[in-house]
Amino acid sequence: MTATIAPTARPALWRLARISFDPVRKQQVLLYPEGAILLNDTGAEILALCDGKRTVADVAAALGAKYGADVTADVTEYLSQLADRELIRDAV
Amino acid sequence: MERRPTTLLAELTHRCPLHCPYCSNPLDLKRSNAEISTEDWKRVFTEARALGVLQLGLSGGEPLVRRDLEQLVEHARDTGLYSTLVTSAVGLTRERTVRLKEAGLDHVQISFQDSERELAEQIAGTRSWDAKQQAAEWVKELGFAFTVNVVLHRANLDHLGAIIDKAAELGADRVELANTQYYGWAVSNREALMPTRAQVDRSEGIVDRAVAKYRGQMQIVYVLPDYYSAYPKPCQGGWGNLYIVVAPDGRAMPCHAASQITSLHFDSVRDRSLAWIWEESSAFRAFRGDEWMQEPCRSCPRKHLDFGGCRCQAFALTGDATRTDPVCTLSADRAVIDAMLDGEPAPYQYVYREMGAVAGAPLLVGKA
Repeated sequence: MTATIAPTARPALWRLARISFDPVRKQQVLLYPEGAILLNDTGAEILALCDGKRTVADVAAALGAKYGADVTADVTEYLSQLADRELIRDAV
Repeated sequence: MERRPTTLLAELTHRCPLHCPYCSNPLDLKRSNAEISTEDWKRVFTEARALGVLQLGLSGGEPLVRRDLEQLVEHARDTGLYSTLVTSAVGLTRERTVRLKEAGLDHVQISFQDSERELAEQIAGTRSWDAKQQAAEWVKELGFAFTVNVVLHRANLDHLGAIIDKAAELGADRVELANTQYYGWAVSNREALMPTRAQVDRSEGIVDRAVAKYRGQMQIVYVLPDYYSAYPKPCQGGWGNLYIVVAPDGRAMPCHAASQITSLHFDSVRDRSLAWIWEESSAFRAFRGDEWMQEPCRSCPRKHLDFGGCRCQAFALTGDATRTDPVCTLSADRAVIDAMLDGEPAPYQYVYREMGAVAGAPLLVGKA
């Protein structure tokens, strides 16, 4: 079971992870020690907003405004999974 | 969907100042004059990146003995690879650590043999404790991602809690705790290395508590010994599916232990492009997919979870690399593993890893 990330958490990428563009797969990829995750467009967009200042609610609101839909559940689930793997950390 | 590798393990050399009896390198260690050149390695990295490789492990032997290491790291950075140096840290200087940082190295893994100097140096077969402590400080100071890796076996498994605490004290971001896999030199030392069931049982609780204790500070990766499992480990995410190893002499393999499967021929990057080897070579195609499987794997619902287990282990223990990994409790050969588990623990008489050594002749006898 994955714990759900709090809406007030301020997620930031793990200090040792970085996002890079893979020209072979033409996809953004999250690289970290001994691992890599291929990011779809939505995932890459979510992570781009995770700057340690915005809260989870802010990230969901920004994307929701862009797409004209409530994406809170999707954003929360996505970030909860990455937080469970410690790839994003709460900056607070 | 196209099959693309994600990881290249570059075994730059077999030369190493340590003599660890669990080393997975082959007994037939290659000398420096058999090693491929700087230009060969650079071409391999470029070709690997073009194939889709994202992660590069620079390993060995001891990769620091290659004087061109900084050049290779720089080239890896230029091609966009995330690079990890897997090192004993023996021989590392602060100047060289700085140069590796400037060249773009991302991640340093330093091996430790125990939580205490005496046993650590007995296992390594050489003075190495002080060098490792010092190197860990430089790695932290310069801001690398830092992993401590420890191979576990009967002599150090009871120190697991202290080993994890030691890694945290060194400031590790990650600690990898891998029970010995029996390849290469570890086969020669299996009876002295194999932990007892009681040790393995205790280890899991120790790891669970440590994971909770260090969450957010240090990641703990614990690899259980597969002999104690009901099902085999998935072989590198499937044979020829994600992973490429290039040995010091340029032979490309789907796994670092694959050279022990003597029924396979491994093409060299000296003769062939990495893309050709990945797509076309007989070794990479040998156990791809599931056409090669025998029963019980062929009709098993787990076959896409563990891919029939380790081909190298199947070959080593049954003489047939297409059989089910004997670790699997569904395998007709499981009795081979159970007999090993039920054997009496042997004394700590190690055959230490040594270039040109005669396998089976103990060079040093440690006590622990």
